[in-house]
Amino acid sequence: MITLHGATKRYGRTTVLDDVSVSFGGEGITALIGPNGAGKSTLLGLVGRLLHPDAGRVDVDGRDVRSTPSAQLAKTLAVLRQDNHIVARLTVQDIVELGRFPHSRGRLTVADREHIDRAIDYLSLDEYRHRFLDELSGGQRQRAFIAMVLAQDTKYVLLDEPLNNLDLRHMTEIMKLVRRMADELGRRVIVVLHDINFAATYADRIVALRDGRIVADAARDQIMRPDVLRAVYDTTVDVREIDGRPVALYYG
Amino acid sequence: MTTVAATAATPAPARTAQPARTGAGVAVGVALVVLAATSLFIGVSDVSPWTVLTGGADERALFVLAVSRVPRTLALLLSGASLAISGLIMQMLVRNRFVEPGTTGVSEFATLGMLVTLIWWPGMALVGKMGVAAVFGLAGTWVFLRIIRAVPTRQLVLVPLVGIMLGGIVAAVTTFIAYRRDLLQSLGQWTQGSFAGVMAGRYEFLWVAGAMGVVGWVAADRFSVIGLGEEFATNLGLNYRRVVAAGMVVIAVSTAAVLVTAGVIPFLGLVVPNVVSLIIGDNVRRSIGWVAALGAGFVVACDILARTLRYPYEIPLSVIVGVVGAGLFLWLLLRRGSRAH
Ligand SMILES: Nc1ncnc2c1ncn2[C@@H]1O[C@H](COP(=O)(O)OP(=O)(O)OP(=O)(O)O)[C@@H](O)[C@H]1O
Ligand SMILES: [Mg+2]
Repeated sequence: MITLHGATKRYGRTTVLDDVSVSFGGEGITALIGPNGAGKSTLLGLVGRLLHPDAGRVDVDGRDVRSTPSAQLAKTLAVLRQDNHIVARLTVQDIVELGRFPHSRGRLTVADREHIDRAIDYLSLDEYRHRFLDELSGGQRQRAFIAMVLAQDTKYVLLDEPLNNLDLRHMTEIMKLVRRMADELGRRVIVVLHDINFAATYADRIVALRDGRIVADAARDQIMRPDVLRAVYDTTVDVREIDGRPVALYYG
Repeated sequence: MTTVAATAATPAPARTAQPARTGAGVAVGVALVVLAATSLFIGVSDVSPWTVLTGGADERALFVLAVSRVPRTLALLLSGASLAISGLIMQMLVRNRFVEPGTTGVSEFATLGMLVTLIWWPGMALVGKMGVAAVFGLAGTWVFLRIIRAVPTRQLVLVPLVGIMLGGIVAAVTTFIAYRRDLLQSLGQWTQGSFAGVMAGRYEFLWVAGAMGVVGWVAADRFSVIGLGEEFATNLGLNYRRVVAAGMVVIAVSTAAVLVTAGVIPFLGLVVPNVVSLIIGDNVRRSIGWVAALGAGFVVACDILARTLRYPYEIPLSVIVGVVGAGLFLWLLLRRGSRAH
């Protein structure tokens, strides 16, 4: 379980995450939604010990992330940030191998290599294996990063807007993959999504943030309602039922 | 077990690049041996490989070889390898391809350290001088990292520009002090790198620089992870600050060791890792051996030029390295600039 106890984060005098208490890990996929600047990335950053809370605490499996040895936590929890800009010239294979670092500490065993091959295979990156990241399209690069966190082989996987830069087909493929990670590999995924229809289709639970607070936290059908979505995004969202599934229309 | 058998039976496409790389490795190795051998037998005193090997060499020739030639060649190899590795590590720490001790003020700080020992502890043993220079170099690295953290943009060229400015200020202060103390001539010795004065008993600190290179090799994967940035490193469970500190020590000690033995050698840490990066990328585990070998070969080759171009006189090595290195650097810059990013 990942549990936030009154986690608060401030930048100067603005509070971007305000006394948030919530638990994750009971469901396979939890989608984190909310408008720009709501604090979604900040929340993931706190859980992934990339940021430190100004008040409150974050526990992973009952231990405070700040007192757990980082190397140990890296085997339980992987986080992929929203904007990843890598200067170093690394190939897809290199980056996935580095994802194995918490286990291998640099010396790859046969088991490590299997994980690496499987992750590359899972994201259909085999033909790009030896390409440098700066020779890939944005979407291919994004998939390489996801392969990296997959190879890290952690129970908890935190993905910040993994659908960035992806085309329609790959968006669906990534979400299906995330679903498989949850169902077949038993991973617990927290994923930040902007397209609430993806959240509604693939997530078991949706948590909505706004102005640093949780404004809704429920199963799909309770969130996919015009009044709730209006409260989250401050804009009119029409929700229709298509093939028995709620679909939000927000294109104007 | 099954996987091992499977990969052995069907060589993955992953391995196709391997033979070419092994071939290149052998070529570089042979070139290095040839260069080192050439370096051993060039000089005013006549020492021929033939007489040495057949045992016909006189005592004087063997003496020259043992006291001057072998130390010089070893010093060149160690300096080249460790400076190139320092450049590589620095590029990982700063996440910028155009940094090296010479473009970040580290060399200038270390030189200032040398001057300080000369003023306050003129009789200090060489090891002490090296220590002081290393401490100054370390301080310089720290100052540089502090400054670039405060600079809002991480533009490719701006970062080394800031470093060169920092180095310029420190060099100006150093020159001013040296001028007031009438030590400009000694200063000139370090700012112009040359291996002409290297002899047995005067180069052994370079083994410390060599040891730093080994540290870099052992921690290669950690430096690769650091090159991904602080967030990736933290996610992978690495103590970012500790690895950065270790990298800073490697850089400062290598720079100081080369400085006290031979002086400043410009561009080396910049050009060699960049060329390697272009060809095989920045996975430090894979590239560090190439960087070391090419760095060593580059310096030995430049030193051979320095000794033969105006034979029997010597041109300072730093002049040759500077000219060749600057040319290569310009080529790299223009090449990079032409690519859309
Ligand atoms: N380093 C920082 N300094 C100051 N303010 C910051 C910093 N990082 C984030 N913020 C502010 O914190 C708030 C929350 O940011 P956060 O990145 O968590 O939003 P988000 O929900 O992920 O938004 P988006 O959907 O745009 O990614 C924003 O208002 C942002 O401006
Ligand atoms: Mg965000």
